[in-house]
Amino acid sequence: MPISISNEEILETINMIESENLDIRTITMGISLRDCAHSDIDVVCDRIYKKITTYAKDLVKIGEEVANDYGIPIINKRISVTPIAIVADACEAPDYVKIAKTLDKAAREVGVNFIGGFSALVQKGMTKGDEKLIRSIPQALAETEFVCASVNVGSSRAGINMDAVRLMGEVVKESAELTADTDGLGSAKLVVFCNAVEDNPFMAGAFHGVGEPEVVLNVGVSGPGVVLNAVRKIPNAPFDELATTIKHTAFKVTRSGELVGREAARRLGVPFGIVDLSLAPTPAVGDSVADILEAMGLERVGTHGTTAALAMLNDAVKKGGAMASSHVGGLSGAFIPVSEDAGMIRAVEEDALHLDKLEAMTCVCSVGLDMIAIPGDTSAETIAAIIADEAAIGMINKKTTAVRVIPVPGKKVGDTVVFGGLLGYAPIMDVNKYSSDLFVKRGGRIPAPIHSLNN
Amino acid sequence: MENNTNKVVVTVVGKDKKGIIAAVSTALTEYDVNILDISQTILQDFFTMIMIVDMNEANVSFTELREQLGLLGQKHGVVISCQHEEIFQYMHRI
Repeated sequence: MPISISNEEILETINMIESENLDIRTITMGISLRDCAHSDIDVVCDRIYKKITTYAKDLVKIGEEVANDYGIPIINKRISVTPIAIVADACEAPDYVKIAKTLDKAAREVGVNFIGGFSALVQKGMTKGDEKLIRSIPQALAETEFVCASVNVGSSRAGINMDAVRLMGEVVKESAELTADTDGLGSAKLVVFCNAVEDNPFMAGAFHGVGEPEVVLNVGVSGPGVVLNAVRKIPNAPFDELATTIKHTAFKVTRSGELVGREAARRLGVPFGIVDLSLAPTPAVGDSVADILEAMGLERVGTHGTTAALAMLNDAVKKGGAMASSHVGGLSGAFIPVSEDAGMIRAVEEDALHLDKLEAMTCVCSVGLDMIAIPGDTSAETIAAIIADEAAIGMINKKTTAVRVIPVPGKKVGDTVVFGGLLGYAPIMDVNKYSSDLFVKRGGRIPAPIHSLNN
Repeated sequence: MENNTNKVVVTVVGKDKKGIIAAVSTALTEYDVNILDISQTILQDFFTMIMIVDMNEANVSFTELREQLGLLGQKHGVVISCQHEEIFQYMHRI
């Protein structure tokens, strides 16, 4: 019996893949390392290496097979693991760099392009292991290629750990300084979260949360190009119609992710976790979230109206995607990284977009200040204050927020930094010249907000 | 093949259609791939052919078929792609 799909629908799908950059951005295997704990760090490393290279040995091969069968590219195959601060808490070693190197070696062995989970969750306070991990981050990122680190410093339930925020200001800066030869690439692999999610498949913030199973496969779909073309087709439509069009498009994009994820999980023999239906831009032309906002009628992203446009886009993407998958999770929404989005880069270069507007946009987007290059002489306290602002937005609005800024050593406003590949390039953005030192140095915790009286 | 269904959608997109239907059909016959449905249209000056084929009795793997048809397309100056029909079902039907 012939299938009941019309030619128009077949051509629409093919067009999405061929000319609108529809792809599965990542399939990420989450692996629990909780059973790898031991007081001897060498034993821990040994167990971690064996476990990852066993579970993930076919991840890349099967990812490629599934991509071939459906004709839809899977760009990245990745691994997320239990936050290493938990796994290593029993270790007597003074630092955990050795574990980062083991993760790196395992990632290289199985052929994935990133491994996330050199992480600690310290929203309320730090254990000795948490602090050792955080202090190990700069060296760990400098001496590895594939490892990504993240630290959760706040939550709507716990408040913001300002001691951790202050420490992370120093860690971000040191991570950039130790990788000065690659323009601070270390801090491009480090995310500071508030309300971090446990099943995020996207890097650099992926880790395998403590509520997750032994092993799981999560999928991150993308498709800014597909949404962009759909929006461009109706230049004068009112917002109701625009929202509906974006929902329909997000639905189709997410369906492809659901299919590919389920099939890959089946062939790997691991449970399927969630589809993260984020619009994740790439530096490729036409694969830009900024372009979608501009297609809605803004001359340049960053001008007045940008926050409203992004809020509407983010919500419509979630609504369409939620219908398409039985389990939606992760970050799910629109990402607004600067260096990875050609439209955002242009807006910064043309002086339309500044850090303050980006901060406002993070109130309604899915994550936060992402891939933003700032002057190398920005103080650790200023970076900590930027983190505190973002964490406050997340804490009050009960959403995930994050900071991934790169204080590029030796560069100042007006310079440009090139990270290459999916990380793209970025003009250095200005930060406020006034000091936040005394504020940051207070330490302690900002109390959790009241969860009623919501006005 | 582990999939329940072995239906594949073959699409051919190109400027010139001379000889292309014959070439693709001949290749598919050689591989024992059964053509279930065939349709063609002109889309923005581009000749577009969509074939639904059944690979149950095929003597090549899906990957091989994909590669061979890709090469055939290059020879004729058209783009030939092969995809399992599931992707279309999934994307357009609930």
